[in-house]
Amino acid sequence: MSARVGVEGPVSFWRTYVFSTDHKTIAKQYLAIGLSWAIVGGLLAYLMRWQLAYPETPVPGFGWVPEPHMVTGIIPPEFYNMLVTMHGTIMVFFVAMPILLGAFGNFLIPLMIGAQDMAFPRLNMLSVWTFALSSLVLLISFFVPGGAAAAGWTGYPPLSAKAIYTGVDWGLNLWILALALEFASFLMGGINFLTTTVNLRAPGLSMFRLPLLVWMQITAAVLFMLSVGPLIAGAVMLLLDRVAGTSFYLPEGGGDPLLWQHLFWFFGHPEVYVILLPGLGIILEILPVFSRKPIFGYRPFIYSTIAVGILSFIVWAHHQFLSGMDPRLAMPFSITTILISVPFALMVFAMIATLWRGSIRFPTPMLFTLGTLAVFLIGGLTGIFNGSAPVDIYIHDTYFVVSHFHYTLVAVTFFASFAGLYFWFPKMFGRMMNETLGKIHFWLTFLFFNAVFIPMFLLGAGGMMRRIANPMQYDFLQPLQPMNVFATIASILLLLGQIPFVINFFWSLFAGKVAERNPWQANTLEWTAPSPPPHGNFETVPVVYRGPYEYSHPSVTEDWLPQDRPAVPTAVS
Amino acid sequence: MLSWLPENVSTYGGDIDSMISLIYYVVGAWFLLTYGAMILFLILYRRREGRRATYITGERLGEAAWILVPCVIVLGLDLWMDFRGAEVWAKVMGRVPPSDLRVQVTAKQFNWEILYPGPDGQFGTEDDLLLENELHVPVNKVVAVVLKSKDVIHSFFLPHLRLKQDAVPGREIKAWFEATKPGQYEIPCAELCGFGHSGMKGWLHVYPAEEYQQWVKARWPSS
Repeated sequence: MSARVGVEGPVSFWRTYVFSTDHKTIAKQYLAIGLSWAIVGGLLAYLMRWQLAYPETPVPGFGWVPEPHMVTGIIPPEFYNMLVTMHGTIMVFFVAMPILLGAFGNFLIPLMIGAQDMAFPRLNMLSVWTFALSSLVLLISFFVPGGAAAAGWTGYPPLSAKAIYTGVDWGLNLWILALALEFASFLMGGINFLTTTVNLRAPGLSMFRLPLLVWMQITAAVLFMLSVGPLIAGAVMLLLDRVAGTSFYLPEGGGDPLLWQHLFWFFGHPEVYVILLPGLGIILEILPVFSRKPIFGYRPFIYSTIAVGILSFIVWAHHQFLSGMDPRLAMPFSITTILISVPFALMVFAMIATLWRGSIRFPTPMLFTLGTLAVFLIGGLTGIFNGSAPVDIYIHDTYFVVSHFHYTLVAVTFFASFAGLYFWFPKMFGRMMNETLGKIHFWLTFLFFNAVFIPMFLLGAGGMMRRIANPMQYDFLQPLQPMNVFATIASILLLLGQIPFVINFFWSLFAGKVAERNPWQANTLEWTAPSPPPHGNFETVPVVYRGPYEYSHPSVTEDWLPQDRPAVPTAVS
Repeated sequence: MLSWLPENVSTYGGDIDSMISLIYYVVGAWFLLTYGAMILFLILYRRREGRRATYITGERLGEAAWILVPCVIVLGLDLWMDFRGAEVWAKVMGRVPPSDLRVQVTAKQFNWEILYPGPDGQFGTEDDLLLENELHVPVNKVVAVVLKSKDVIHSFFLPHLRLKQDAVPGREIKAWFEATKPGQYEIPCAELCGFGHSGMKGWLHVYPAEEYQQWVKARWPSS
């Protein structure tokens, strides 16, 4: 059957832009929601940083927030706890997930495998609208009496299990509901990604000819599916504890607070890789294009990815070395955690080896790709400290951990996403982004990111605890205060550094240079479709003859060899 | 970074610090190596007219060895850190050594309740002493702590002694320390525990032997 999935001739404005089943429109909807939440998450970070540098002084620009949340722009402690909680929740579940999986996964998987759309276009639409509903619920939770959730993004009970402990009532119930809806949305999305990749690949596109981004996305989908069940069960129990008076997590009724931690981290650690792998996938597509070389060790890379996926299920208790679980459990989890460095080291070495003897260009997407690698490397290396159980005794719950996970998660959520946006913007919107603004954006982001988070490693080494609202309350932290001020100023500059991106994005959307089909001379199938591709993507179904990274192949004069070019012509001397 | 650690004043703090510096130097070396290689390649192999990239897939064993051999080294270093780490972990978190003083620390929103058994060494008797946010101990003596919580999870943190342990409601968790230097050290709570989390702290007073005896005398004059 050659009918195009979901294509039924001219459709109305609503069906084209709002209730669309087109995977590209859905991807843009995820992108729009994710980027909007990123602004909220960034502003929450600004509020927190202000409070940490200049405790109990009015935050510039926030005098309008009504009591009891803020008092003439001053942040009370319960509001600070809300900031901590919602910043984490938003950035992980409402920015990283929709952008890396929802936007890039949806946009690229069908295009990269030569399909007209997802296997289940209507399920896809349901998933994005479930996510929109989940976003709405989270947004409402800010405005209910008592404010939004304030028990940490990890929501440890008993703090999260009884309203009296935090003073937050419906805010936290809605937080659970929003997360449940979000998980449902990404489960539907993940099923779609897997089914589409398994069934709808173009002729000739074997699994070992897939772009690595697709491998990363489907591995992430599998990890998410296998890990999210326990968390949903855990969340239901938490909600019951809150609203029905049960005691799954309350010791006075026979429950156990640690049960939640095991369920949460059994999901939470694979979740780290659910976010990480698609981000790595993005830079793995960009690296060979601008090095004009194949990825070094395509198959070892895939095996490493699978190894990381499997290992990620047996490391969860490294978040709980000090939680009161049997101390004899710590070393096995410490060993598995540190072992993850082996497949990751292989990935990093392979990416660096890809640069070796290349012909490297430095347009904005490549700068952000190298930035991702540079930032992520520090995140990975500092993870060894946290993974070591004895070191964790000291640095657990300090800013060292905060800085570590920002080095990993910001690397993929922001650096890699920016790389991907600058790279695929011409395919998404049919226009090029401005290079000069892009480069300014990169250097501001890279410099100020490090200026924010390197001081946090030092603060963590100095013993500064996470989630405290006022470091000046502690004698041993007072000498470290200049570092807090430094990080805060840098964080404000980091936020301002995003303005060139916003200008560039909207200006290019309407006035950027019109993009060709394949502006970067890349090999993968999405570049054989028009820019932007119509509903249904390809004029003719592409046929694939080779792997995705055949750059500078000796048999052709050009330094690229698209996946769909029929035969390799004889070598020209 | 290492110079930012607060002064260590416990018997096992040195082991933890040496573990931190071991990892610091190992990952520091990898950092220099990988960043060095990356920056070198970016400069050497930047685009130049008339030069073409070399087609290398890295799939042949001879090529893949360039990344596989470093991975084996990583594995070796990992195991080294694991074995060194296991000893330190066992020392701090394993069996509590024979103690000279036992105290119960009960966390609640937003205080540390510290209970002394008194001269009879038994909890739950009349000579028990309950203090808020004050822990008084002699120097160079093993202090065994039983951690409890009345409401939510808290975390008992002694940054200068390199000790941290969560206090979980419904559980009694054992910890210990031996301070090596008299002085006053803060005991912050390290786990988000509600609106009063920031500022929830107590003080550890470490006394020389005689001063500690005077403190005991003042509290329990009859003994």
